[in-house]
Amino acid sequence: MAVDERSLWEKIADKLRSRSLWMLHYCTGCGAMELPPTMTSRFDMERFGMGPMATPRQADILFITGYLSAKTLRRVIYTYEKMAEPRYVIGFGSCTLNGGIYYDSYATINRLDYYIPVDLYIAGCMPRPEALLEAFNELMRMIRRGEANGWKKYKENYEWYKQNQIRSLGEVFVHDEFHE
Amino acid sequence: MTILKVIAVLLTGFFVGLTLEGIARKIMARVQRRYGPPWYQNFIDVFKALSKRGISHGWIFDFGILMALGGVIATLAFVPLGDLVAFPGLDNIFIIVYLFAVGALGMAMGMVGSGNPNASIGVARALTQMLGYELPYLISIAGVLYYYKTSSVSGLMMAQQDTWTLFKMPIGGIVAFVSLLGMLGKKPFDTPIAPAEIASGPMVELSAKYMGLLMLMHTFSIFVEIGLFVDIFLGVSNYFTFLLKFTIVWIIATLISSVLPRFRIEQVVKFYWKVPLSLAFVQVLFVLLGWVF
Repeated sequence: MAVDERSLWEKIADKLRSRSLWMLHYCTGCGAMELPPTMTSRFDMERFGMGPMATPRQADILFITGYLSAKTLRRVIYTYEKMAEPRYVIGFGSCTLNGGIYYDSYATINRLDYYIPVDLYIAGCMPRPEALLEAFNELMRMIRRGEANGWKKYKENYEWYKQNQIRSLGEVFVHDEFHE
Repeated sequence: MTILKVIAVLLTGFFVGLTLEGIARKIMARVQRRYGPPWYQNFIDVFKALSKRGISHGWIFDFGILMALGGVIATLAFVPLGDLVAFPGLDNIFIIVYLFAVGALGMAMGMVGSGNPNASIGVARALTQMLGYELPYLISIAGVLYYYKTSSVSGLMMAQQDTWTLFKMPIGGIVAFVSLLGMLGKKPFDTPIAPAEIASGPMVELSAKYMGLLMLMHTFSIFVEIGLFVDIFLGVSNYFTFLLKFTIVWIIATLISSVLPRFRIEQVVKFYWKVPLSLAFVQVLFVLLGWVF
């Protein structure tokens, strides 16, 4: 089956999913600063049905807010693999695209796309809450049209992602947290 | 006929319960000067959660969630919604209180079965909090039962033809309402599900479908708890006035919870055993002395 083929039930479910996106309350870098104003009174993210969730089991979206160090990458991968299946990733700012101002740092990864599939990037350093809301609306449109299928790509190209993850994290295998 | 009535009770619980939860989110948003989600947001949330593919943690986990949902649904079938009584003559308050524990224990069993330490902490907190609110609640209810000489919930409702119990026994009514806030897990008493401290507590390992079932269980248990309060304290009512009184109690609880911070667990138990418990004893003393308005 092709990646973007959906049954009628999937289309209905995608409509529901787009109106009820629970984000994981987990932030990696400076872009997290823009989330509190987006959540609270002035911009009010909840009117789209979005809200923070404390645990990856219940979350639908994972935000990579800004730079991602190699140490945090391991946690991000654990978290992403814990989330329930239709799951979406949004990358904030230029750091997730090409490393941003940390492009030559030894401890920061340059391109998020090599490690986990990213559905949507938000340009800017840092993106304002207006840009975030625009991105959330765009993600909802993508989910309704069935274009936000990074989680399917992750399943199909798992070997490739795994190779990249292991290469970036050194010789340690990803699944074993307690024997690093 | 009984089956039709049970279905009517459950459908009321589902539609009115989810609608009222959405309205509560809206009210909470307006108190915080936000716009808030639409009133049907909770329907979308439940159906979305049921449409996702979740991860199980073994059969104890699955069975615990089914036991929680089934226990609460069984309890709801016994609660009279105004004049809609599914099992007339069997709506005894002891049956309801006894059956309602099945849901809580099922949830405790399933969540501990997930093996997450946060879930264990949350369940321990939930059961400790239960120890806090059950005592003043049941003592204040015992005063009511002693006064009316019946333990049937519709009998208690019918006994309030002239005056509401809330006005006859105001102290007991207030005690029961404060205990109700603890039962609902509303804001000063939302210690078991503290997202900032223990990552949603009992629900920490619940993904997708399991989360949807637990949201339904929460909706039904709200109906049991507030329904009992409305039946016992807020006078005689038919189906529609019952829903009206239910909505008003729910909105007052939401307004109180939207402006208060959270207690620690030992503060919860200390509070319940100091203030409402002493007030409940005072109320029972008044009932024994015949000082009822």
